[in-house]
Amino acid sequence: MSAYDIEYLSRLIGMLPPAPEGWVRAAQELPKARRELDTIVERAEADKAFREALVADLESALRAEGVEPTRPLLEELRRRVAE
Amino acid sequence: METARDDGEAAALGAAALSAELSDARLVARCRTGDEDAWRLLVERFSRYVYAICVQAFRLPEHDAEDVFQEVFARVYERLETLREDESFRPWVGQLTRRCCIDRLRAGSREEAADSVPETAADDVLAKLEEAFDVHDALAGLPENCREILDRFFARDESYRTIGEALELPAGTIASRISRCLERLRDAFAGRNEPSPPSREQVT
Repeated sequence: MSAYDIEYLSRLIGMLPPAPEGWVRAAQELPKARRELDTIVERAEADKAFREALVADLESALRAEGVEPTRPLLEELRRRVAE
Repeated sequence: METARDDGEAAALGAAALSAELSDARLVARCRTGDEDAWRLLVERFSRYVYAICVQAFRLPEHDAEDVFQEVFARVYERLETLREDESFRPWVGQLTRRCCIDRLRAGSREEAADSVPETAADDVLAKLEEAFDVHDALAGLPENCREILDRFFARDESYRTIGEALELPAGTIASRISRCLERLRDAFAGRNEPSPPSREQVT
Protein backbone atom coordinates (compact mmCIF):
# COMPACT_ATOMS: atom_id res chain seq x y z
CA MET A 1 0.00 0.00 0.00
CA SER A 2 1.33 3.44 -0.91
CA ALA A 3 1.93 5.88 1.93
CA TYR A 4 0.10 8.45 -0.19
CA ASP A 5 -2.98 6.35 -0.81
CA ILE A 6 -6.11 8.47 -0.28
CA GLU A 7 -7.90 5.82 1.77
CA TYR A 8 -4.91 5.56 4.06
CA LEU A 9 -4.60 9.33 4.43
CA SER A 10 -8.26 9.60 5.37
CA ARG A 11 -7.82 6.94 8.06
CA LEU A 12 -4.84 8.85 9.44
CA ILE A 13 -6.85 12.09 9.59
CA GLY A 14 -9.45 10.16 11.60
CA MET A 15 -6.84 9.00 14.12
CA LEU A 16 -6.54 12.49 15.60
CA PRO A 17 -9.99 13.63 16.64
CA PRO A 18 -10.19 16.78 18.77
CA ALA A 19 -9.67 16.43 22.51
CA PRO A 20 -12.69 17.49 24.59
CA GLU A 21 -13.00 21.28 24.49
CA GLY A 22 -13.01 21.70 28.27
CA TRP A 23 -9.74 19.80 28.64
CA VAL A 24 -8.05 21.93 26.02
CA ARG A 25 -9.37 25.16 27.56
CA ALA A 26 -8.15 24.19 31.04
CA ALA A 27 -4.67 23.46 29.68
CA GLN A 28 -4.63 26.68 27.68
CA GLU A 29 -5.48 28.66 30.79
CA LEU A 30 -2.62 27.19 32.79
CA PRO A 31 -0.58 30.43 32.93
CA LYS A 32 -3.57 32.31 34.35
CA ALA A 33 -4.35 29.44 36.73
CA ARG A 34 -0.77 29.52 38.06
CA ARG A 35 -1.07 33.24 38.76
CA GLU A 36 -4.36 32.67 40.58
CA LEU A 37 -2.69 29.92 42.57
CA ASP A 38 0.03 32.33 43.70
CA THR A 39 -2.62 34.84 44.78
CA ILE A 40 -4.53 32.19 46.74
CA VAL A 41 -1.38 30.99 48.52
CA GLU A 42 -0.35 34.54 49.42
CA ARG A 43 -3.78 35.23 50.83
CA ALA A 44 -3.73 31.96 52.78
CA GLU A 45 -0.41 32.95 54.33
CA ALA A 46 -1.83 36.29 55.45
CA ASP A 47 -5.34 35.25 56.50
CA LYS A 48 -5.78 32.33 58.91
CA ALA A 49 -9.55 32.01 58.45
CA PHE A 50 -9.14 31.93 54.67
CA ARG A 51 -6.42 29.31 55.03
CA GLU A 52 -8.67 27.05 57.12
CA ALA A 53 -11.51 27.39 54.63
CA LEU A 54 -9.07 26.71 51.82
CA VAL A 55 -7.68 23.55 53.39
CA ALA A 56 -11.23 22.33 53.99
CA ASP A 57 -12.22 22.71 50.37
CA LEU A 58 -9.47 23.36 47.85
CA GLU A 59 -11.67 22.64 44.87
CA SER A 60 -14.24 25.29 45.75
CA ALA A 61 -11.47 27.81 46.42
CA LEU A 62 -10.11 27.33 42.91
CA ARG A 63 -13.55 27.51 41.35
CA ALA A 64 -14.27 30.71 43.29
CA GLU A 65 -11.22 32.25 41.60
CA GLY A 66 -12.45 31.12 38.19
CA VAL A 67 -9.90 28.33 37.88
CA GLU A 68 -10.83 24.85 36.66
CA PRO A 69 -9.64 22.55 39.50
CA THR A 70 -7.68 19.99 37.51
CA ARG A 71 -5.81 17.30 39.41
CA PRO A 72 -2.31 18.79 38.87
CA LEU A 73 -3.48 22.20 40.11
CA LEU A 74 -5.20 20.72 43.15
CA GLU A 75 -2.08 18.74 44.01
CA GLU A 76 0.13 21.78 43.68
CA LEU A 77 -2.19 23.91 45.80
CA ARG A 78 -2.39 21.17 48.45
CA ARG A 79 1.39 20.92 48.54
CA ARG A 80 1.94 24.66 48.75
CA VAL A 81 -0.69 25.20 51.44
CA ALA A 82 0.83 22.40 53.52
CA GLU A 83 4.31 23.96 53.41
CA MET B 1 14.47 42.86 16.87
CA GLU B 2 13.38 39.28 16.44
CA THR B 3 10.67 39.71 19.05
CA ALA B 4 9.41 42.90 17.43
CA ARG B 5 9.28 41.18 14.07
CA ASP B 6 7.44 38.22 15.60
CA ASP B 7 4.91 40.50 17.29
CA GLY B 8 4.27 42.17 13.97
CA GLU B 9 3.82 38.81 12.33
CA ALA B 10 1.45 37.68 15.02
CA ALA B 11 -0.76 40.72 14.63
CA ALA B 12 -0.76 40.46 10.87
CA LEU B 13 -1.47 36.76 10.67
CA GLY B 14 -4.05 36.35 13.40
CA ALA B 15 -4.15 33.42 15.78
CA ALA B 16 -5.38 30.74 13.38
CA ALA B 17 -2.96 31.55 10.62
CA LEU B 18 -0.18 32.02 13.14
CA SER B 19 -0.67 28.47 14.29
CA ALA B 20 -0.09 27.16 10.79
CA GLU B 21 2.81 29.51 10.06
CA LEU B 22 4.93 28.99 13.18
CA SER B 23 7.15 25.96 13.49
CA ASP B 24 7.08 23.99 16.73
CA ALA B 25 10.49 25.41 17.58
CA ARG B 26 9.43 29.03 17.17
CA LEU B 27 6.22 28.43 19.09
CA VAL B 28 8.17 26.86 21.95
CA ALA B 29 10.65 29.75 21.93
CA ARG B 30 7.78 32.22 22.22
CA CYS B 31 6.22 30.23 25.07
CA ARG B 32 9.50 30.54 26.96
CA THR B 33 9.23 34.32 26.81
CA GLY B 34 5.86 34.10 28.58
CA ASP B 35 3.76 34.65 25.44
CA GLU B 36 0.37 33.29 26.50
CA ASP B 37 -1.06 33.36 22.97
CA ALA B 38 1.81 31.10 21.92
CA TRP B 39 1.06 28.79 24.85
CA ARG B 40 -2.59 28.53 23.78
CA LEU B 41 -1.50 27.67 20.25
CA LEU B 42 1.00 25.11 21.50
CA VAL B 43 -1.71 23.39 23.56
CA GLU B 44 -4.08 23.48 20.60
CA ARG B 45 -1.47 22.05 18.23
CA PHE B 46 -0.58 19.12 20.48
CA SER B 47 -3.88 18.49 22.25
CA ARG B 48 -5.10 15.90 19.73
CA TYR B 49 -1.76 14.08 19.82
CA VAL B 50 -1.67 13.86 23.62
CA TYR B 51 -5.33 12.86 23.74
CA ALA B 52 -4.84 10.15 21.11
CA ILE B 53 -1.86 8.64 22.92
CA CYS B 54 -3.96 8.43 26.10
CA VAL B 55 -7.11 6.93 24.64
CA GLN B 56 -5.91 5.04 21.57
CA ALA B 57 -2.42 3.81 22.41
CA PHE B 58 -2.97 3.19 26.13
CA ARG B 59 -6.76 2.92 26.14
CA LEU B 60 -7.14 4.94 29.32
CA PRO B 61 -10.70 5.43 30.47
CA GLU B 62 -12.00 8.98 30.08
CA HIS B 63 -11.38 10.19 33.64
CA ASP B 64 -7.82 8.82 33.69
CA ALA B 65 -7.17 10.27 30.25
CA GLU B 66 -8.31 13.69 31.42
CA ASP B 67 -5.96 13.58 34.42
CA VAL B 68 -3.03 12.50 32.26
CA PHE B 69 -3.85 15.14 29.64
CA GLN B 70 -3.75 17.90 32.28
CA GLU B 71 -0.67 16.40 33.91
CA VAL B 72 1.21 16.38 30.62
CA PHE B 73 0.52 20.04 29.86
CA ALA B 74 1.28 21.04 33.45
CA ARG B 75 4.67 19.32 33.19
CA VAL B 76 5.32 20.85 29.79
CA TYR B 77 4.58 24.28 31.24
CA GLU B 78 6.88 23.69 34.21
CA ARG B 79 9.72 22.05 32.31
CA LEU B 80 9.82 23.91 29.03
CA GLU B 81 13.06 25.51 30.18
CA THR B 82 14.71 22.10 30.37
CA LEU B 83 14.04 21.22 26.73
CA ARG B 84 17.46 21.38 25.08
CA GLU B 85 16.38 21.61 21.46
CA ASP B 86 13.14 23.35 20.60
CA GLU B 87 12.91 21.26 17.41
CA SER B 88 12.57 18.19 19.62
CA PHE B 89 9.37 19.32 21.25
CA ARG B 90 7.16 16.71 19.60
CA PRO B 91 9.19 13.61 20.60
CA TRP B 92 9.59 15.16 24.04
CA VAL B 93 5.88 15.67 24.60
CA GLY B 94 5.18 12.24 23.10
CA GLN B 95 7.55 10.55 25.52
CA LEU B 96 6.22 12.56 28.44
CA THR B 97 2.68 11.48 27.58
CA ARG B 98 3.68 7.83 27.29
CA ARG B 99 5.40 7.94 30.68
CA CYS B 100 2.40 9.59 32.31
CA CYS B 101 0.08 6.97 30.79
CA ILE B 102 2.22 4.10 32.06
CA ASP B 103 2.51 5.69 35.52
CA ARG B 104 -1.24 6.09 35.58
CA LEU B 105 -1.85 2.47 34.64
CA ARG B 106 0.63 1.22 37.22
CA ALA B 107 -0.73 3.46 39.98
CA GLY B 108 -4.34 2.64 39.28
CA SER B 109 -6.49 -0.17 40.46
CA ARG B 110 -5.84 -2.04 37.24
CA GLU B 111 -2.30 -3.13 38.05
CA GLU B 112 -2.79 -6.44 36.29
CA ALA B 113 -3.80 -4.60 33.16
CA ALA B 114 -0.75 -2.35 33.48
CA ASP B 115 1.52 -5.37 33.66
CA SER B 116 -0.03 -6.74 30.52
CA VAL B 117 0.34 -3.47 28.61
CA PRO B 118 4.08 -3.03 28.22
CA GLU B 119 5.27 -0.10 26.15
CA THR B 120 5.71 -2.33 23.11
CA ALA B 121 2.00 -3.18 23.08
CA ALA B 122 1.21 0.41 22.20
CA ASP B 123 4.02 0.76 19.67
CA ASP B 124 1.96 0.04 16.56
CA VAL B 125 -0.62 2.63 17.49
CA LEU B 126 2.05 5.14 18.46
CA ALA B 127 3.76 4.72 15.09
CA LYS B 128 0.46 5.34 13.32
CA LEU B 129 -0.16 8.41 15.49
CA GLU B 130 3.17 9.84 14.37
CA GLU B 131 2.08 9.41 10.77
CA ALA B 132 -1.31 10.90 11.60
CA PHE B 133 0.39 13.95 13.11
CA ASP B 134 2.40 14.42 9.91
CA VAL B 135 -0.78 14.19 7.86
CA HIS B 136 -2.48 16.80 10.06
CA ASP B 137 0.59 18.99 9.60
CA ALA B 138 0.20 18.70 5.84
CA LEU B 139 -3.54 19.36 6.24
CA ALA B 140 -2.75 22.60 8.06
CA GLY B 141 -1.01 23.82 4.92
CA LEU B 142 -4.11 23.41 2.72
CA PRO B 143 -6.66 26.20 2.11
CA GLU B 144 -9.17 26.60 4.91
CA ASN B 145 -12.12 25.16 2.96
CA CYS B 146 -10.19 21.91 2.48
CA ARG B 147 -8.83 21.81 6.03
CA GLU B 148 -12.24 22.25 7.51
CA ILE B 149 -14.19 19.81 5.39
CA LEU B 150 -11.62 17.02 5.78
CA ASP B 151 -11.32 17.57 9.51
CA ARG B 152 -15.07 17.67 10.00
CA PHE B 153 -15.69 14.53 7.98
CA PHE B 154 -12.80 12.30 8.99
CA ALA B 155 -11.65 13.54 12.41
CA ARG B 156 -14.89 14.90 13.88
CA ASP B 157 -16.98 12.21 12.20
CA GLU B 158 -19.66 14.70 11.12
CA SER B 159 -22.36 13.71 8.64
CA TYR B 160 -22.76 15.30 5.20
CA ARG B 161 -25.86 17.01 6.53
CA THR B 162 -24.07 18.57 9.52
CA ILE B 163 -21.19 19.66 7.33
CA GLY B 164 -23.54 21.07 4.73
CA GLU B 165 -25.37 23.13 7.34
CA ALA B 166 -22.21 24.36 9.00
CA LEU B 167 -20.43 25.31 5.79
CA GLU B 168 -23.56 26.29 3.87
CA LEU B 169 -22.86 23.78 1.13
CA PRO B 170 -25.41 21.74 -0.84
CA ALA B 171 -25.20 18.13 0.32
CA GLY B 172 -24.56 17.02 -3.27
CA THR B 173 -21.27 18.90 -3.50
CA ILE B 174 -19.73 17.64 -0.27
CA ALA B 175 -18.55 14.26 -1.50
CA SER B 176 -16.86 15.75 -4.54
CA ARG B 177 -15.20 18.46 -2.48
CA ILE B 178 -13.91 15.89 0.02
CA SER B 179 -12.52 13.89 -2.87
CA ARG B 180 -10.77 16.91 -4.43
CA CYS B 181 -9.38 17.99 -1.06
CA LEU B 182 -8.04 14.50 -0.36
CA GLU B 183 -6.20 14.61 -3.67
CA ARG B 184 -4.70 17.97 -2.73
CA LEU B 185 -3.70 16.57 0.63
CA ARG B 186 -2.10 13.54 -1.00
CA ASP B 187 -0.09 15.80 -3.29
CA ALA B 188 0.94 18.07 -0.42
CA PHE B 189 1.90 15.12 1.75
CA ALA B 190 3.84 13.46 -1.06
CA GLY B 191 5.72 16.71 -1.62
CA ARG B 192 6.73 16.84 2.02
CA ASN B 193 7.93 13.25 2.06
CA GLU B 194 9.82 12.93 -1.20
CA PRO B 195 13.24 11.47 -0.49
CA SER B 196 16.07 13.86 -1.22
CA PRO B 197 18.67 12.96 -3.90
CA PRO B 198 21.58 12.60 -1.41
CA SER B 199 19.71 9.99 0.60
CA ARG B 200 19.00 8.02 -2.59
CA GLU B 201 22.69 8.01 -3.37
CA GLN B 202 23.44 6.70 0.07
CA VAL B 203 20.99 3.85 -0.39
CA THR B 204 22.57 2.73 -3.65
